[in-house]
Amino acid sequence: MSALLELTGVTRSVLLPDDRRLHILRGVDLAVDTGEHVSVVGRSGTGKSTLLNILGLLDSPTEGQYLLDGVPIGRLSSRTRTKRRGRDFGFVFQQFNLLPGRTALENVVAPLMYAPGRQFWRRTSLAAAMLERVGLGDRLETMPEKLSGGEQQRVAIARALVRGPRVILADEPTGALDVETGASVMDLLDEVAADTGAALVTITHDLSVAARAQRCYRLADGVLVPVSLGEPGRVTEWVGDVPVDLAERTHDASGRSLPPVLAPSVPAAPPAAAPDAARTEVTSPVVGP
Amino acid sequence: MTGLVSTVVEAWQELRIHRLRVLLALVGVAVAVTAITGVTAAVAMLKQAFAEQTDRQSGRQVTLMVSAWSMTGATTEEDNARVDAAYAETLARYGLTWSTRDLWTGAPIRFPGSGVQDIGVRAVDPAAGVLQRIPITEGRWFTAADAQAYAPTLVVNEAFLDRVGARVADHPTVLLGRTDPVRATVIGVMDEGYENPEPFAMVLYDQLAHWYGTANPAWGGGPPTLSVWVPADMADELGARISRDMAAAVPGLQVDVSDNRGWGETFDIDGAARWVGIGVGAFALLLGGLGLVNIALVTVRYRIREIGIRRSFGATSGRVFFGVLMESVVATVVAGAVGVVLAVAIIKSVPVDRVFGGAIQEMPPFPVSAALVGMAAATGVGALAGLIPAVVAVRVKVIDAIRY
Repeated sequence: MSALLELTGVTRSVLLPDDRRLHILRGVDLAVDTGEHVSVVGRSGTGKSTLLNILGLLDSPTEGQYLLDGVPIGRLSSRTRTKRRGRDFGFVFQQFNLLPGRTALENVVAPLMYAPGRQFWRRTSLAAAMLERVGLGDRLETMPEKLSGGEQQRVAIARALVRGPRVILADEPTGALDVETGASVMDLLDEVAADTGAALVTITHDLSVAARAQRCYRLADGVLVPVSLGEPGRVTEWVGDVPVDLAERTHDASGRSLPPVLAPSVPAAPPAAAPDAARTEVTSPVVGP
Repeated sequence: MTGLVSTVVEAWQELRIHRLRVLLALVGVAVAVTAITGVTAAVAMLKQAFAEQTDRQSGRQVTLMVSAWSMTGATTEEDNARVDAAYAETLARYGLTWSTRDLWTGAPIRFPGSGVQDIGVRAVDPAAGVLQRIPITEGRWFTAADAQAYAPTLVVNEAFLDRVGARVADHPTVLLGRTDPVRATVIGVMDEGYENPEPFAMVLYDQLAHWYGTANPAWGGGPPTLSVWVPADMADELGARISRDMAAAVPGLQVDVSDNRGWGETFDIDGAARWVGIGVGAFALLLGGLGLVNIALVTVRYRIREIGIRRSFGATSGRVFFGVLMESVVATVVAGAVGVVLAVAIIKSVPVDRVFGGAIQEMPPFPVSAALVGMAAATGVGALAGLIPAVVAVRVKVIDAIRY
């Protein structure tokens, strides 16, 4: 039985104005099943968003194969791809991307405008129920600018989930939030994804967010490699090619001593070593001093 | 069905959210539609006013005017009676019911408290009121019963009534005739359409013939003419037949039959004036449309990210295209409706008497065609104005738009 999403040898490149070819993704292999939580970490500019765009049918691979439900997306017409995107995928963006001038309810209604019959006609009640589900039942008529960052991201999550997608694609979902709010947003995402059985693919450079996933990948120079961040929920940071538990870390990569940080509630476990292909330094932790 | 409804709903939401810019953009469109619709409606009313004016002067379209006159000079009462009998026979032969004899003559009238004065008198049949749209400002017009009454009745002008010194409601009377006068009752006052200081009266032809006579050499004399309202497609054939029959019935008199079709053409303003009005409105609409395109293009640029987000929701390029197009169309349809309502309000509140120089008896309803022209123009401008922004919106690359 084929996976829900399956990338095989996917490459994405663009032609630059000086006729050079820029390779954003190189031979990416990735399979995601229903209900799975997968995270992809990597520095800015490593192709994380491009990977997410390909997964979400917003972009197409230059080479390689992308199977959606076992069907190569190359066989689907542009219109079918768009329809599938609306039906099967829910996007959560770093900057929330709420529609300006519309209330929280209207924002969540927006995807249902493109839904078929029943969902369209029941759009207001469905949207209200989803906002209730993310804890914003009392903020239906509030404009986004009157909401806090965490509340705005909750609206964005409600909007991503309102059509009952099979895959939630979250691009830096906590990137614009403080640590505590980010954690609660991720709790919510995990919870609703688990409730609905949707697969959750999170792209982040925050290792603590990535560590929530069942499987984690690192993207560097367009190459995707699986990594282990130890137990889910551990707060770790990559130093060189070694994931270091923040509670046990006393010096940064250059050898300077670091002030003490709050220890994670879960005792540290020895993290698995990253494969050779991942031995590129990742130095963009969000959590830490 | 759902797709169409959701596109319209979405377009309406967009308009609601961007109502200020939409309002500013649509003022020009609404004004232009008001101009086009108003001009079309005004032309219809003007046309009706001219038609009624023509009716007053020469009768309804098509009226055959039959006259019989002596080559040798004034006719006698006997000649008039012969002509009258020939008219009656001809009308009966062809089953023509809408007709009136018409005799312009004079008669002596004794006004209360003054002597006898010869005044102009026009003798007609009751149908003349309908055929020539004779406007009555006070009292009433003749009925068939008046022709059978034991005393003549008169419909007079204001100057006549002033000489009488009473209003119609007081049932004023005057004496008609010099040597053996009969008392005539004033039953109505007509509007002659111009200031006439001389007293003038209309009387039924049969009453005048009975009580005073129709041959008055002092006023030119001559038999009455006959005006017959006939169907336009039968006018030529009936004219020829009536001419032939009358010539045979009144030997020795010259018979002429003419019609009033030329009068209608003289006052036909449906051509140039209408097109000038529509041309001005169309130009205004063009300017309004250009303003709409301008604002719509700026708005699409402003909304690139939003378009990208909507594409991520599953909005197809066709849906984005029609969404932007529909925004423009829905907006201009609303503006068009406002423009049409405005045009109706303006046209309905125009003092027609003053503008068109005379009351319109049969006020035409606001022409549906004018409203349809206005709405069609607004929808067309909306579609054209929305086309360019819609193409721009579709060409937005989704992944670039989301990061915009």
